[in-house]
Amino acid sequence: MSKPHLLVHDSKDSVGVVVVEGLTAGTEMLCVVTHDNSDFKLTAKHDIPIGHKVALGDLADGQTIIKYGEEIGKMVAAAGKGEHVHTHNMKTKRW
Amino acid sequence: MSYTNRTVKAWRRENGRVGVRNHVVILPVDDISNAACEAVANNIKGTLAIPHAYGRLQFGADLDLHFRTMIGTGSNPNVAAVVVIGIEPGWTKIIADGIRATGKPVAEFSIEQNGDIKTIADASWKAKEFVHWATELQKEDCPLTDLWVSTKCGESDTTTGLSSCPTVGNMYDKLIPEGLYGCFGETSEITGAEHICEKRAANPEAAEKFMAIFKEYSENVIFANQTDDLSDSQPTKGNILGGLTTIEEKALGNLEKIGRECTYIDALQAAEEPKKGNGLYFMDTSSAAAECVVLMAAAGYVIHTFPTGQGNVVGNPIVPVIKISGNPRTLRTMGEHIDCDVTGVLSREQTIDEAGDALIEMIERTANGRNTAAEALGHREFSMTKLYRSA
Repeated sequence: MSKPHLLVHDSKDSVGVVVVEGLTAGTEMLCVVTHDNSDFKLTAKHDIPIGHKVALGDLADGQTIIKYGEEIGKMVAAAGKGEHVHTHNMKTKRW
Repeated sequence: MSYTNRTVKAWRRENGRVGVRNHVVILPVDDISNAACEAVANNIKGTLAIPHAYGRLQFGADLDLHFRTMIGTGSNPNVAAVVVIGIEPGWTKIIADGIRATGKPVAEFSIEQNGDIKTIADASWKAKEFVHWATELQKEDCPLTDLWVSTKCGESDTTTGLSSCPTVGNMYDKLIPEGLYGCFGETSEITGAEHICEKRAANPEAAEKFMAIFKEYSENVIFANQTDDLSDSQPTKGNILGGLTTIEEKALGNLEKIGRECTYIDALQAAEEPKKGNGLYFMDTSSAAAECVVLMAAAGYVIHTFPTGQGNVVGNPIVPVIKISGNPRTLRTMGEHIDCDVTGVLSREQTIDEAGDALIEMIERTANGRNTAAEALGHREFSMTKLYRSA
């Protein structure tokens, strides 16, 4: 298998993690779900740094975000499929 | 694969524990004895002073933790012998006697009514004697699983949860069932995954102890002192640069370090020695790297495995800290700090099982004498945890 651009922990997850440096908008990413080794394609809508998250589907403001198959917080602004998800549009439900 | 027949060359101490370093430590009881300890360490080559900031006018649980940390540090099997120096003889004796219970050589000196110069001269004679003795101690074959190996991650990012933390988890899944003592902690960094951590207890008592520690910390430290949503402290600025957005996300990555199958048999106070036999333990610690490693070393752990994403550089004076990273940018920009490269996990060229084996091999090499990156680069951070202001 060629090297993936994006890794996803669990098939229930709403976001994946960029695992290559210099990912640019428009790249058709090879995405691998580490839990079952399945793969799919997704187009990146932004330049996204290594380690940062990408929306796997359209995410609405207020929506709970799942990673590792568990809740990791909620959206505080909407993000479209393939867009960057981070502190500008997502927040903890704790603290 | 069985790991029980694998051995390392290490020092078997008087109390039966196995050490992988052979330090003669010059240990100050308090901040104002640092100068004398550093002078002794300068006089006598092959000794190691461990200066620190505390030890005066502490009381109650905070004083207990101070004594536990000092006695535990001196008692660690990576330490062959100890010279203890304090300003007055009372607390100096408490710490020296605590270390003496291990059976290792300990000498104590106090400065009041002697002055620094006489104390340094007397302690230097003793330190020299200890160095001659310690340097003739021979290593012997010891089972790999007689080691006590702790873990804590630092400058985490999303790659630690994908690669370096599950690498440690895989190592624990393989070695804990065969007799290893393990330890994880970082109470604040379990926020968001406490329900999962609770379920990973081996028995209801351990689960209850963990949840009591977690709730006490959340209420009395976080909620009592917070002025905002902690979004610049937990996750840290470095975590956020690396792509971590929330404490829940960080916690789930953090817990990858305890693998898929291990369960913890007890929840320990900071720097508390595990007493329920071999297995995995939770310890109530800060998530700050140096503080956490010091507390685990004081509990008796002799090797520390440290996953990092963005590149934490921490070390410890007496315990080798093995850095593991899967982030290719960190390997490229600051690879001198990393002992175990698991970047292949992200590119799918290395499985977690293979990464776990690579870490076990690095633990063996470190036990056999290989200096870690943190040792070679001189990282000896000794930060003590303090519970509240002194009297």
